[in-house]
Amino acid sequence: MKDFGFTVIKQRTIDYDQFDGRLLNEILESEPSFKVCLSCGGCTATCSAGDLVSFNIRRLNLMLRRGETLELESEIQKCMLCGKCQLVCPRGINLRNVIMLIKKNIGKYKPAQVR
Amino acid sequence: MKFPPSFILPFTTGLLFIVSFLIIIVGVWISELSKIDKSRIWANIFTTKTLLAIHETFMESLLHRKIFRKNPVLGYMHMSLAFGWFLLIVVGHLEAWQHYQSFGVPVYKAIFMRYFVTQPTITLGGKILAATMDLLLVFVLSGVMLAYYKRFNSKTFGMKKTTQLKTGDRIALTALWFIFPLRFVAECVSAGIHHNGSIISQPTGNFLASVLPVQSMEMPLWWAYSCALGLFFFALPVSRYMHIPVEVVMIFLRNYGIKVQKRIDGYSRIQIYSCSRCGICLDSCQMTHAAIKDTQSVYMLKHLRNRKITDEKLFNCLLCGKCQTDCPVGLELNNLRITQRIESTKEYNSSYEYLKTSKVASNTTTEVIYFAGCMTHLTPSIIKSMRGLFEIANVNYWFMDEEKTACCGRPLMQVGQYAAAQKLIDSNKERIIASGAKKLVVSCPICYKVFREDYAIPGITVQHHSEYLLELMADKRIPVKKTPIKVVYHDPCELGRGSGIYLQPRLLLDEYADVIPVRNEKEKALCCGGSLANTKIQMNERNQISEKAVEEYLSYKPDVLATACPLCKKTFAKSRKLQVNDIAEIVYMAIAEPEKVEEKIESVRKTAIV
Repeated sequence: MKDFGFTVIKQRTIDYDQFDGRLLNEILESEPSFKVCLSCGGCTATCSAGDLVSFNIRRLNLMLRRGETLELESEIQKCMLCGKCQLVCPRGINLRNVIMLIKKNIGKYKPAQVR
Repeated sequence: MKFPPSFILPFTTGLLFIVSFLIIIVGVWISELSKIDKSRIWANIFTTKTLLAIHETFMESLLHRKIFRKNPVLGYMHMSLAFGWFLLIVVGHLEAWQHYQSFGVPVYKAIFMRYFVTQPTITLGGKILAATMDLLLVFVLSGVMLAYYKRFNSKTFGMKKTTQLKTGDRIALTALWFIFPLRFVAECVSAGIHHNGSIISQPTGNFLASVLPVQSMEMPLWWAYSCALGLFFFALPVSRYMHIPVEVVMIFLRNYGIKVQKRIDGYSRIQIYSCSRCGICLDSCQMTHAAIKDTQSVYMLKHLRNRKITDEKLFNCLLCGKCQTDCPVGLELNNLRITQRIESTKEYNSSYEYLKTSKVASNTTTEVIYFAGCMTHLTPSIIKSMRGLFEIANVNYWFMDEEKTACCGRPLMQVGQYAAAQKLIDSNKERIIASGAKKLVVSCPICYKVFREDYAIPGITVQHHSEYLLELMADKRIPVKKTPIKVVYHDPCELGRGSGIYLQPRLLLDEYADVIPVRNEKEKALCCGGSLANTKIQMNERNQISEKAVEEYLSYKPDVLATACPLCKKTFAKSRKLQVNDIAEIVYMAIAEPEKVEEKIESVRKTAIV
């Protein structure tokens, strides 16, 4: 990587050579309403599962967009699908469908070495 | 031995084909039933249930009583075709047996009797039978004429929409349209030549003989009639008319107590094939208000039959159950959809390892467990009202899901994740049993349904808060206080059609407000559009559905739209055109905050005038 003289924290870099956006693209195609998420965090604040365990729906969006498929796979299992997030979402995003789509498709896009 | 004429071949091969096909396929389906279901058949086959099934077959498959209730003209059309055709076959055989004085007459001789029997009948019995046959044929033809007319003008029959046909349906439909007119013309032409007709066919035949070369027409017409019959039989398995034989099997199995299971088995296939694609479910479906027109039950069953179901269609349904109430065949449409959803999502059920049960110390003084439900947490005024009412009634209650409680599991079940839901059920169950209480009061109909049906905790009564408050009122633990608020009560799908609770909320409301009856209520109640069962519908589409329902409710000019479900409340509240309150709020307001009642009525009526 080129040295531009900035401090680069390894964990926060996204290496686009290894970035896998296939899952993200598939989700956005099937559920376009997810494109308008403004990361307000309302979903996370109201989450029933988040009350029981460390679980952050807003972070799921981030993981998806960073292509962190492995972490996403274990996180997504925590959702109880109760639907509160969807009702508080100011953008009316169909979050339960996003969750179901991730659950359904994530197996296809797991990094090869782990599969 | 004299060979029969060759024109009977299309009919005979068609009949042989369809009979053997049906025996094989029904045999396969029945063999796919679970052991319990098979034993149900054996246990009930020699009981009165068989007689009930025969009665139901007669009333529904032949007379089409349920379609009559929907629309008399539509009912007449189905009855004349089904019952008329049935009688034609029966009376036709009686006539053939009477003529040949034998029960061993081949089927084709009865079906094509006017071709084979060229002498006019002389006995009185024969004359009566022949006249009956003529009248029956005219009866069936009247149905066929109505069917022609319905294809082009379905509104006359009380149906706004009709289903799209596929190739197999078109072939079978065309054949069906031609069978009876061809039979009539063929019989008339034969009567014109041989004078073997009866009251209607003979005069018509005489007329035809006077204007047409009937001698050369007879053979082609009988050929055409036989071909139409044969074509219908061959097209039957790939058309919607498969419902005619399969529905009868379904009615018998249903009477023996067999139901759609949580997995795809022979009975669910029988139900899928029993759909006549009449399209009555299209009219009752509120999804059409949001211009969603290809996911209704009739299309789901069609896609299931053709094994072309997609998640987009399968999950785009509110599971409100309106179609199930209207279905003239009585199919378990919601269960069939859920069974398919289980199949579609079985690969990725979560295990919820984090649900380590936090043990609750048994408290013998706890009278009631209160479970508000996730949705109720988004409508805090319902919780506030319930807390207030518990206090007024001096109930020792435990607010189970005040914090750190798993969801009831029903939202997962609605999308087919039964295995995942079971983990949540187990976790909640343990805490409920540990509490030692004998009663569980639930504010959300979604939770209510799952607690009542799937938790099965011995010794615990599950009540929706409308039932519970009614009980408190009857025991005089909360005061009765009638207010002049005019309300329309909206039946939540999961409470009404889902759990059969129609009466209690109305009895309760009657004591605290003035309930206006509406046209679409109880079994016919509208859905608010907010249902969690639909994962595909977009927010704007939901809004269209609820707006349409709001419009209907507004026409009754209520002060308040009362409901018994937090999700319905939240969905309707978005509209801002009317005030929405839960039953608990109305009761609490009447008892504890009478000044708010005045305010509410005043504000609503003032804006209504402006």
